[in-house]
Amino acid sequence: MSRVEAALSHRRGEFTLDVTLQLEGRAVTTLSGRSGSGKTTLLRCLAGLERPRAGRISLDGETWFDAAAGLHVPPHRRAVGFVTQEARLFPHLTVEENLAYGAERARSRPGLADTRTLVEELGIAPLLGRRVEHLSGGERQRVALGRALLARPRLLLLDEPVSALDESGTGEVLEALERVLATLPVPCLYVSHDLREAARLADRMLWLDAGRVVADGPVSQVLSDPRLPFAQEEDAESVIAGRIEAVDAGTGLASVAFDGGLLWIAASCSTVPGNAVRVRIRARDVSLALRRPEAISVLNILEGRVLEVADARSAASQALVRVDVGGCRLLSRVTRRSVAELGLAPGVTVWALVKSAALLR
Amino acid sequence: MDPTPFLLSLRLALVTTIILLVVGTPVAWWLANTRSRMRPLVEAAVALPLVLPPTVLGFYLLLLLGPRGPLAPLLQALDLALVFSFAGLVIGSVVFSAPFVINPLKTAFEGVPRGHLETAATLGAGPLDRFRSVVMPLAASGYVAAGVLGFAHTLGEFGVVLMIGGNIPGRTQVLSIAIYDRVEQLDYHAAHVYSLSLIAFSCLVLVALYASRRSRALVQP
Repeated sequence: MSRVEAALSHRRGEFTLDVTLQLEGRAVTTLSGRSGSGKTTLLRCLAGLERPRAGRISLDGETWFDAAAGLHVPPHRRAVGFVTQEARLFPHLTVEENLAYGAERARSRPGLADTRTLVEELGIAPLLGRRVEHLSGGERQRVALGRALLARPRLLLLDEPVSALDESGTGEVLEALERVLATLPVPCLYVSHDLREAARLADRMLWLDAGRVVADGPVSQVLSDPRLPFAQEEDAESVIAGRIEAVDAGTGLASVAFDGGLLWIAASCSTVPGNAVRVRIRARDVSLALRRPEAISVLNILEGRVLEVADARSAASQALVRVDVGGCRLLSRVTRRSVAELGLAPGVTVWALVKSAALLR
Repeated sequence: MDPTPFLLSLRLALVTTIILLVVGTPVAWWLANTRSRMRPLVEAAVALPLVLPPTVLGFYLLLLLGPRGPLAPLLQALDLALVFSFAGLVIGSVVFSAPFVINPLKTAFEGVPRGHLETAATLGAGPLDRFRSVVMPLAASGYVAAGVLGFAHTLGEFGVVLMIGGNIPGRTQVLSIAIYDRVEQLDYHAAHVYSLSLIAFSCLVLVALYASRRSRALVQP
């Protein structure tokens, strides 16, 4: 199990980065924040491409950087996989030679997946003999991902790997990432602007603002934090992780078991009993009631407790209510008038009426 | 017809080009990457042969390397006579052709994307490994241009060679000087043969260069 510990500060012109961070095991952590908040700089410091002004970085007790001791391990001795927005494939090599570039130089380290499995998972087997300039954006990015993984990294850094791609390219790379990250034996830090992307792939979320970590926690908690821009968005969503329990062919519904109970969603080809899934619920599709309603068409009625009530910044009439449902966080967008009339305040027990829920894809 | 001047010129151009490619690579790499304040100074020194008359350069090289020059004790101890010898010609040509090799290399190095080098580093390649596996292949056309320009320029050199090497048949009489020598003797036939062979050879090299560029461009749009 890899464990990365970093405490670093860096300055470039007016900008200051000041971050303390632990990454552990095989978790995928997304790093989000406005542009200029220091996400890429943090990744570059971890990879050794930039030297922080102060602090310490270590992996499994092996020091990579220690400002006090004047120690800075160069990037080629760190074993960090780094995939950027542009794939940066070597134009003078074929796809296969690109994949081999890192693998050849990492022979001495214990490996992860063997080449053939990885090539299958990434769907790049038919590309191996091709020259890189003939590849599409999505193909390039999948090859870059394979190249980084075959170099047997001890830490994987992904810097907005899909933000330069069109819709179909994004789809194919995200699917490949989902397959690969599920079995990745090392920690992964994933910079993303896109909330859906982050919620789909990550276990943990960091929010960086002006060079500082202002939120750090499980995805469902950070997404529903009314202080952060996600929850304030018009189509804000909560994300709940669960497992498909059963599929009822007669009604076309599937039940998802999660820590707070059971959710019914529309059955599809992805709702296979036993599958781990993430369900997204839009904040404006969640109504709140003080008593359990009866004789109502809404299927999903969950009992919870109000954690927090905050004003919605975009509309003066609206409020955001964060509800704890069996440890999961559900965000509800209601009117301020309802908040006042129902007396919604932290600690109040409520029933959340979920009008629609869908699989996160 | 005596082929010696032609062969001597080819040998001089070949040796000079090889030396310049080896020595010029680190210099060009440094110039392409440094933020040092010395950079303009070094750039000026490299470019100087472009603006100086060859005779000026040849004159000072003659004094520097000659039997009364500052290097004379050292050269005597090593039992080296550089003036009026092939070795002297090589030294003069290396200095005089340096910008024709170093500038194309520098331009090619500047064109290698930094991102690719960083990626190579994160994939485990050290500095020399990165140079060999990424910089040199991506700068290949720069190497071809540098080699051809350095070679052609050395082949056509006259002033520096005459100042340092003189006109000793079989030792320092290269093609350009042999042509001058034959014209002086009113042996126009020999002058024609030498001149036309130089023109033909130069055309051949340039056509080969442009053809290789075009085929490269077709492979890598």
